[in-house]
Amino acid sequence: MKVISANKIKDVISGLCIRANLVLRKDVLSGLKAAYSKETKRRAKDILKAIINNADIARREKLAICQDTGLPVVFLEIGQDVKIIGDLRRAVNKGVEEGYRRGYLRNSIISNPLSRSRPGYSPVVIHTEIVRGNKLKIIVLPKGFGCENKTQLKMFNPTAKISEIEKFIVDLVESAGPDACPPYIVGVGIGGTADYAMFLAKKALLKPVTRRFSKLEADLLRKINKLNIGPMGLGGETTCLGVNIETYPTHIAGLPVAVNISCHALRSAAKTL
Amino acid sequence: MKRINTPLTKSEIERLKVGEEILLSGIIYTARDQVHKRLVEAINKNKKTPIDLKGQIIYYCGPTPAPRGKIIGSCGPTTSSRMDEFTPALLKKGVLAMIGKGRRFGQVIQAIKKYKAVYFLTYAGCGALLSKYVKKNESVAYKDLGPEAIYKLEVRDFPLIVGIDTRGRSIYD
Repeated sequence: MKVISANKIKDVISGLCIRANLVLRKDVLSGLKAAYSKETKRRAKDILKAIINNADIARREKLAICQDTGLPVVFLEIGQDVKIIGDLRRAVNKGVEEGYRRGYLRNSIISNPLSRSRPGYSPVVIHTEIVRGNKLKIIVLPKGFGCENKTQLKMFNPTAKISEIEKFIVDLVESAGPDACPPYIVGVGIGGTADYAMFLAKKALLKPVTRRFSKLEADLLRKINKLNIGPMGLGGETTCLGVNIETYPTHIAGLPVAVNISCHALRSAAKTL
Repeated sequence: MKRINTPLTKSEIERLKVGEEILLSGIIYTARDQVHKRLVEAINKNKKTPIDLKGQIIYYCGPTPAPRGKIIGSCGPTTSSRMDEFTPALLKKGVLAMIGKGRRFGQVIQAIKKYKAVYFLTYAGCGALLSKYVKKNESVAYKDLGPEAIYKLEVRDFPLIVGIDTRGRSIYD
């Protein structure tokens, strides 16, 4: 049994919010650099260079990579042998508030989605998973909403062909087009229930971007990069840096597929206690 | 690269061609979703808007707070199409140019042609980089909206690409 105080969790989350928003993930940065050396179109190359330069300025000058510092999604993988002392939910929200204030990050959260009150820093979205062991893994993923707005879910028939699923995903990226800050990272959740597929799609964004785990991921990446959307939607071979798929068992009657697109500024930071 | 300064003149704007790269210097005003809603409500009620829109450039942007010692935080463009339903009313009031990211839909392209306005793109998702081109920053209206308030920005050599020109030609077509 390991004991962790809520206060410790608060401090860790505060730091992770700042790191995620100021320092671009290494895998995303190397994906961008690889795309830059591969691109042949002048404009696409220029834009990729600006994006890489932006990450450099953000890190050096402690500025947010993007002004949309997102809605922080906090993943907690809680070992079953961990005991948390104190109010965990409060600690998460306080940690985000502290980090966002300390890091000069944007207050983009409004407490009532319909009456649209003055924006604040919390509450954030928290996903908890119970895992084996005595560790607590905390991941903060500040999700920008330009790309979050492009999310879709489709409940396929269990007899659907892989080609139908591929078409759904590629069509969705095509319809997002230039609007959600390409080059994209495409998170896909397949299986579970409707809500769980959505969670998997978000979680898929945490996997390394430039590593392909399955043939389906590689096929989708190739097809999406033939769309010629390119950086900022102005054409080019780099429409997508990576397609990440998470799967889970599902029901005999269904095949949920959720797609959660990320802009090129895919940000997250993690720490294990 | 071509440089232009504010206030923009009609003839200058009409010479801009879709796809052209421009460096802009002068005054621009940030405005995004809630400001658009309020401005159009004011216009519909024949009330005075808190800034005179005639001849102005609107930047779809909600910056992060300025860290100590800096003029502004990260300040890149937000998705322009969310402003589409409000844009024709602002163009009618004399707005000459808009800066944002992504496509425009609905009546926006027709309105751009009609009022001879221009839509610029700037580097999307590059707010830290773009902050380097901002020389002054002042919150001027609707301050209760926090990051969504109207900020008056003075920019120097702010990088733009003509997205839709006065003839209604779009870079995405």
